[in-house]
Amino acid sequence: MNIPSNLLYTKDHEWCSVDGDIVTVGITDFAQSELGDIVFVEVETAGETLEQEEVFGSVEAVKTVSDLFMPISGEVIAFNEELEASPELVNSDPYGDGWMIKVKITDSAQLENLLDAAAYKDLIG
Amino acid sequence: MKETALTKKHIDLGAKMVPFAGYNMPVQYEGLKIEHQTVREAVGVFDVSHMGEFFIEGPKALDLIQKISSNDASKLVPGKAQYACMPNDKGGIVDDLIIYMIAEDHYLLVVNASNIEKDWNWIQQHNDVGAIMRNASDEYSLLAIQGPKAAEAMQSLTKVNLKEISFYTFEIGQFAGCDEVIISATGYTGSGGFEVYIKNKDAEKVWDAVLTVGADYGIKPIGLGARDTLRLEMGYCLYGNDIDDSTSPLEAGLGWITKFTKDFINADFLKQQKEEGVKRKLVAFELVDKGIPRHDYPIVDAEGIVIGKVTSGTMSPSLNKAIGLGYVPLSHSTEGSDIFVQIRNKNLAAKVVKLPFYK
Repeated sequence: MNIPSNLLYTKDHEWCSVDGDIVTVGITDFAQSELGDIVFVEVETAGETLEQEEVFGSVEAVKTVSDLFMPISGEVIAFNEELEASPELVNSDPYGDGWMIKVKITDSAQLENLLDAAAYKDLIG
Repeated sequence: MKETALTKKHIDLGAKMVPFAGYNMPVQYEGLKIEHQTVREAVGVFDVSHMGEFFIEGPKALDLIQKISSNDASKLVPGKAQYACMPNDKGGIVDDLIIYMIAEDHYLLVVNASNIEKDWNWIQQHNDVGAIMRNASDEYSLLAIQGPKAAEAMQSLTKVNLKEISFYTFEIGQFAGCDEVIISATGYTGSGGFEVYIKNKDAEKVWDAVLTVGADYGIKPIGLGARDTLRLEMGYCLYGNDIDDSTSPLEAGLGWITKFTKDFINADFLKQQKEEGVKRKLVAFELVDKGIPRHDYPIVDAEGIVIGKVTSGTMSPSLNKAIGLGYVPLSHSTEGSDIFVQIRNKNLAAKVVKLPFYK
């Protein structure tokens, strides 16, 4: 299972890549592998400001649907529109082309609540 | 949790295992979409040993079957199989099943795993004619070898000419070195192929042989996930989703296996329902808006009034369209009717279409 050490993680299996006050969010390799073939990523919250742990969208595999949760509070400033035509990018490149949203964060202190790679690895066993 | 004779094989192959009908079953190996495509284009093998097998025997066997089955088993001859359902006495369905006529006074009933105990009790309760019943569910394993290349790929395992077994007929013969295997041209995928009934002791040997001879044809093991998307693309009913104790066979579009030329449990009620016409029908629909329908999502009309519910839904791997089945009032059941599926508080447009989705 691929868990890059330069990223932060949530217990809901999302990853965060921090660049100043802009955070890129996606789901982990573990999450995509548990979901199986992803066929639809729905994010209709672009432009909205959401609280940490609020739902920002949903990801659907052939057989299941899962909510996507904000890892940190902030404004959703971008959605990866490539996923509309090619949701399978989440399976093939979860930490790269399969990214989902970019968030402009309001409270950088919240980043301290996130898990590092070692803690996330312990979480998924 | 129960295991099939092949559980270890699935785990060794790296399958993702899930509990299903009390069994530890493989839901996928390599990935649902590739497995689905393999069955549509080549050949795949499913372990469906969780299914139940009842033998009904003796001079009263046909009498008992005629009583419990909606279809007319008197039309069967040895070597022929028939799809049917067992109506309950409240207008619904106990289970759907396949009835095999092995020989005169000798039948095999194959039922859904989740209903084995319920079905057994139901049939026994109605066996006032004295047929001999035997529950062989724990003795048999069942492999579904499905796909357009199934016959060609499996031919080297048997002297029985696989290409000559026509749909819903079967032969009993040697297969992969095992005797008395029921080789049946049945399945629930819509892509052709066989189901082979084998004794548990032979299961691992036959599984290995099937994968070995199938290798040149691109065979893969297929999980229950793809089994569900394959059957849904054909519009085949899944018990517990699309049909259950409360849905009538006529509402579910199973009129073609409900034969009033003979008597059976609750025939009078169903006959009256047929004459008066059903009030709701199971229909197939495609989503027009972007979204995926799922079991139990509400179906609403243009005004947003709830008129029914989704019984099965998925993203079709073959068609790359969101498809589903659901019950709607007669007024919305004709091809082309506009209906809406409520998905996370939004009413998404859908259109009633003809089955099968996949042609």
